[in-house]
Amino acid sequence: MGRYIAKRVVLLIIIIFFVSVASFFLVHLLPGNPVDTILGPNATPANTLIVNHELGLDKPLWEQYFIWISHVFQGNLGQSYTTHQTTSNIIGQSFPIDVELIIGSQLLAFAVAFPMAMSASRRPNGLFDQVANSTTFGMLALPPFVIAPVLVLLFAVHWHVFPGPASYVPLTQNLWTNLHAILLPSIVLAMGSIVVYFRLLRNDLIATLQEDFITMARSKGLTDRRIMWRHALRPSSVSLLASAGVTIGSLIAGTFVVELLLQMPGLGYQLIFSVNQDDYTVVQGITLVVAVAIVLINFLFDFLFTVVDPRIARE
Amino acid sequence: MTPLLEVDDLHVSFATPRGAVRAVQGVSLSLEQGTTLGIVGESGSGKTVLSRAIMGLLPRHSATQTGSVRYQGNEILNAPNDELRQLWGTHIAMVFQDPMTSLNPVLRIGRQITETLRIHLDLTKSEAKETALSLLMQVGIPSPVERFNAYPGQLSGGMRQRVMIAIALACAPNLLMADEPTTGLDVTVQAQILDLLSTLQHERQMAMILVTHDLGVVATRADEIIVMYAGNVVERAPTNVLFTQMSMPYTEALLGSMPRISYPSHTRLLSIDGRPPDLLSPPAGCPFAPRCPYAQGKCHREKPTLVEGAVPGHSYACWFPLPIREKAATS
Ligand SMILES: Nc1ncnc2c1ncn2[C@@H]1O[C@H](COP(=O)(O)OP(=O)(O)OP(=O)(O)O)[C@@H](O)[C@H]1O
Ligand code: SF4
Ligand SMILES: [Mg+2]
Repeated sequence: MGRYIAKRVVLLIIIIFFVSVASFFLVHLLPGNPVDTILGPNATPANTLIVNHELGLDKPLWEQYFIWISHVFQGNLGQSYTTHQTTSNIIGQSFPIDVELIIGSQLLAFAVAFPMAMSASRRPNGLFDQVANSTTFGMLALPPFVIAPVLVLLFAVHWHVFPGPASYVPLTQNLWTNLHAILLPSIVLAMGSIVVYFRLLRNDLIATLQEDFITMARSKGLTDRRIMWRHALRPSSVSLLASAGVTIGSLIAGTFVVELLLQMPGLGYQLIFSVNQDDYTVVQGITLVVAVAIVLINFLFDFLFTVVDPRIARE
Repeated sequence: MTPLLEVDDLHVSFATPRGAVRAVQGVSLSLEQGTTLGIVGESGSGKTVLSRAIMGLLPRHSATQTGSVRYQGNEILNAPNDELRQLWGTHIAMVFQDPMTSLNPVLRIGRQITETLRIHLDLTKSEAKETALSLLMQVGIPSPVERFNAYPGQLSGGMRQRVMIAIALACAPNLLMADEPTTGLDVTVQAQILDLLSTLQHERQMAMILVTHDLGVVATRADEIIVMYAGNVVERAPTNVLFTQMSMPYTEALLGSMPRISYPSHTRLLSIDGRPPDLLSPPAGCPFAPRCPYAQGKCHREKPTLVEGAVPGHSYACWFPLPIREKAATS
């Protein structure tokens, strides 16, 4: 176990290094030139040269990388050329939105998928299983960018069950308003996860419940409830966990469809906005933060795997 | 006195896409407190299905069971799970055939033993741990304190088999169903585990059904032996009678395929030629007829039923049993 973790940590540091290099250089491949954005109509060749020098853009790329990364280590991600907000400030405001949406949607997805899968797997092809299967199968045909506008229109705009666009306020400002605003996008995002989690867990539970060790558990006189919770659930959740890891990673800066619809400036929203503005300092900062966050989440899930199934740490 | 366990004309069939698999076709047996019944037969003869049916562990949706199983005089065949749960673990316990797949891979050994102790005997956490450690010691597991926290994957097959025995014995059952408790283990470990079971059985006055494909295993350990072939009991007798008065050619063939201690381990056994019949559509006559060296026309047409032999308690299902054949040969 200790060795497993130590290996992962070393790997983690190496990956984060490569990720930082990639965030830096890939952004430099983007079309568009920040100097043009800054100078606007004043872009004479002489002015361009001066600004290029001020920004250090005339230095070799590798030197620029080291300047950038040493600033990053000091907590300085630079500032926006257009709004002059610091990048850390922008991220500080938008990252919590992603975190809240991810936590909200995943909690909802688990809260629905687990009981559903447990009930369905008790009687495979029973009535409940068939209903649950066909419902989730139908939901597969409705990707978030289709469901999101419909639900927003119905529940927020028409029926006012949920607050409409641009009503997000930070958690610290008003807890209730914040939670209310986060609920609808969380539901929208949860729907895709419910389908996947339900199907994975149901299939794995059905397979696990046929294992010898479950018959053995029955022969010990344990209740069905205990067998489900203690004996079947954990060995059946590995693929669900793997999928949750990928889903959560993809939701960081990946929730811009609902963010756009509900005008909630999360990371994805900010990223697209900054790309459009050729605001590459911000783009670089967000890319780095997102990439590091995804790497850290993978690391966390690698650890969770070993908690759920100790066989994994031994392999 | 009513026997501890009585099984009457038990039939089990499985619904499969290809039709009904008739895995057990009319088995009757009875067992007294403290005695051992050996069930012997080739792979696929229905030993596991029979023992699981007796315990009520077969999946209800695919297995149809008819006949009667009485435990302490009470009918338990097709009893609801809630009722059977009162017996499982505390009255009847089972040691499963495959130690590699029958322990939960994600739970520590200790947990898997203490679980029943805490639920059925209401022990506290520390009492249960103490009992579990002493059980691990009784089944011959070295350094039980460390093993207590191990996962099944960290133990050898023999050790896992011992753990399964410890789990089965935890709540002191009256009847232990041991389904091939020594398959896949090497000869010395086999003998150790079987001796261990016998010792514990005598200490606890426990009845035992010892399932095996190896006549040698039950020869010294069972009071009575039932020989199964393709879901049927083809011969049954008190152990010493079976070995002296063996009448059914299949039993004889089984004896011929018995592993000998003198063979180096892992030598392939002399197995019986041919394959057991298809349980989807069993033949009309004797199920052993296609493989039987003594088969005659009648064997293929009519199925022999169990008949009493000369010695009380001995019965066999064969038209041309051994003693008669011998007489025919000498005259
Ligand atoms: N769930 C099931 N569905 C269909 N057929 C089954 C099922 N379980 C067992 N069978 C069939 O019943 C027959 C008897 O199987 P069983 O496992 O009882 O044999 P066995 O005597 O225990 O053999 P082994 O020595 O290999 O353990 C086999 O032909 C098997 O294919
Ligand atoms: S009945 Fe006939 S085929 Fe069957 S075991 Fe006896 S001799 Fe062989
Ligand atoms: Mg078997």
